[in-house]
Amino acid sequence: MIETIAQYPILAALIALVGLGILFGALLGFAAEKFKVEGDPIVEQIDELLPQTQCGQCGFPGCRPYAESIAKGDAINKCPPGGQATINAIANLLDVPAPELDAEHGEEADVKTVAYIREDECIGCTKCIQACPVDAILGAAKLMHTVIADECTGCDLCVEPCPVDCIDMLPVEETIKEWHWPAPPTTADLIASDLRPQL
Amino acid sequence: MKTWVTPGGVHPPENKHQSLTLPIGSLPLPEKLLITLSQHIGTPAKPCVELGSSVLKGQKIAEAAGPVSVPMHAPTSGTISAIEHRPIAHSSGMLAPCIEITSDGRDQWQAHQGIEDYKNASASTLLQAIAEAGIAGMGGAGFPSAVKLNPGSERPIHTLIVNATECEPYITADDSAIRERAAEIIEGIGILSQILGHPDNILIGIEDNKPEAIAALEPHTQDSGVSVVSFPTKYPSGGEKQLIYILTGQEIPSGGLPADIGMVCVNIGTTYAIKRAIVEGEPLISRVTTMTGEACGINRNYETLIGTMVSHMLEHSQFNQDRCSRLVMGGPMMGFSLTSAEVPIVKTTNCILAPSYDEIPDDEPAQPCIRCGLCAEACPVSLLPQQLFWYSQAEDHERLEAHNLFDCIECGACSYVCPSNIPLVQYYRHSKGEIQKARVEKVKSDHARQRFEFHQQRMEQAERDKEAKRAARREAAEKAKTAKSGSEDKSGAGSAADIIAAAQARAAARKVSPEQQQAKFERSIAGAEMRLQMAEEKLAEADDSQTDEQKNILVAAAEAARQKLEQARGRLAEHLKERNGEQVD
Repeated sequence: MIETIAQYPILAALIALVGLGILFGALLGFAAEKFKVEGDPIVEQIDELLPQTQCGQCGFPGCRPYAESIAKGDAINKCPPGGQATINAIANLLDVPAPELDAEHGEEADVKTVAYIREDECIGCTKCIQACPVDAILGAAKLMHTVIADECTGCDLCVEPCPVDCIDMLPVEETIKEWHWPAPPTTADLIASDLRPQL
Repeated sequence: MKTWVTPGGVHPPENKHQSLTLPIGSLPLPEKLLITLSQHIGTPAKPCVELGSSVLKGQKIAEAAGPVSVPMHAPTSGTISAIEHRPIAHSSGMLAPCIEITSDGRDQWQAHQGIEDYKNASASTLLQAIAEAGIAGMGGAGFPSAVKLNPGSERPIHTLIVNATECEPYITADDSAIRERAAEIIEGIGILSQILGHPDNILIGIEDNKPEAIAALEPHTQDSGVSVVSFPTKYPSGGEKQLIYILTGQEIPSGGLPADIGMVCVNIGTTYAIKRAIVEGEPLISRVTTMTGEACGINRNYETLIGTMVSHMLEHSQFNQDRCSRLVMGGPMMGFSLTSAEVPIVKTTNCILAPSYDEIPDDEPAQPCIRCGLCAEACPVSLLPQQLFWYSQAEDHERLEAHNLFDCIECGACSYVCPSNIPLVQYYRHSKGEIQKARVEKVKSDHARQRFEFHQQRMEQAERDKEAKRAARREAAEKAKTAKSGSEDKSGAGSAADIIAAAQARAAARKVSPEQQQAKFERSIAGAEMRLQMAEEKLAEADDSQTDEQKNILVAAAEAARQKLEQARGRLAEHLKERNGEQVD
């Protein structure tokens, strides 16, 4: 046997390569079974980046379905609440160019809003409660409803179903605690004295 | 004593002599004082006075709200003339809750006294007194002192560091306070040492550009266990982490506190306030503030009441509006420009700077970064400011954090040395704010996702329950139907005989026993007898006064009753005969 192999070096090489192939093939097969990942991890990652407003402006019933759709190759610029920042983040994750927000799905809001129920006018129909995707509206049939402002994502899904139009989307006012420094102005085309603060 | 040298740092012109020519002065009592409810790190204080009520100097006007908060006290006697949102000294220029006191001009103290025999008082008593006096760190950050001085038993303190560095140009508040109040400061340090359980080392860190202050401290520290350590002047040596490194050579871990390595660092102005609070029982209602800059005719330090308007200070310092390039609260390196002079002094205000255009000219327009690396050399925390600048512009939060943006102390050394005049610190402050905002939003969006998932689950559960109920109802209906049709099938198969048998069974079930029947008859006989008796009685009673017709009715009634009795008797007799017959059979 050894003599035959010594006689035909090509045979030795063949046996060695085939042997290695089988060995690594088995190893890979084992690893694939052992470390199998349940679900699609990319969906989780995209879902992490979406703003979780659950507003449905993208045309999907919630953020996760949209994340699943993006993972399948859907456009990444359908999320107005997330805006450009979210598009950039997803583009960065998926390593694709970042497009502009698709205007068809809405515009990026400048200020965050939350729903507010004018309680005097509420008739207690519970329609908004059923519409709220994050259970942020409190109330019962024929009793006044109110929005838990902290839980409201500002999706405005409750505005449409209200039969008496008593829900307003009010901008969230910035408090001194939330304030942070603005970005320095780009001063390329300014002269120094224009920056003088007015006392 | 050995000192260590921090990396980086700059040497800006000191400009401290201007405000040191005169001793600490005092301003005329302002007509109105505005006390901001949030002068410290932590929860804003809660007002505890009514609008229009009169208060005495030193009286508490706002309570501490929560453990990390400090109360506020009236800086003078007068009436509460407003409790509302007012502009405060904040870079946002936003409004914040304030209490306004209109002075009555008498400046009358409320009765107060210090802790008797404080040298034997317990640490908790002293901490309580410090908290009640509303003392927050007076070096700049305004962290409640009682919280800082109580690091807990799991973090024993071996070193107390008193920060008298005052490294920022122009500011001389601590310097002048040491020169004039050294004895009281040392007494205050003694109280701190007592609270912290007499740490092994008590160090006063001071830059060597304050020889008078060092000389003033010397006689008092002779045998008090306190050592005054002077070290070469460099900006920024006065940062807590920098000073600890200079004095001990130890670094505080990123994101950690001095207490984590067994140290506490206190500003020297705070020690004076603590002494006043413990020994005299005076709350923190005034502080030394430097009023300086070429736009002011008088440059000096004032013992300023908290709540004094900046405009009031300027008014009494020969302020020249036209010469002033900007108004800065704090120093030229770390201070911030005020948008208005109608804002009050707070517990952390160590300096009001009114520079001329020559001193602090307008910002030059920023030029592109040339990557000269001067900023990296100047950074006292050994960061890479030029890289942070790029990432800040690109809003690359991940890389900013990877480059330790949050270790930046915002000292401004990088901006100071930048040949392209790039406002680097502004970029970092902005990015820090953005990252913090993103963190808050992340927490919120995670919360929203959780709620949404719960909502989905609930809806699905409700749908399942509904479906289950529907299925149960359908099944029940099906069962009832089969049961019914099954019984129909049976009756169809049976004969007429069955029906008769069933009817007989029903009749048998209805049939009463003969005894019961007899009893029934007997009862009806008794009833008939009674009725007959009554009718006969009535007939007997009837006299001539009654008409024949009436008599006839009564006779007929009696007759009918008699007949009914006869019938009943007949039925009973028949029944008895039947029964006897059955028995015979």
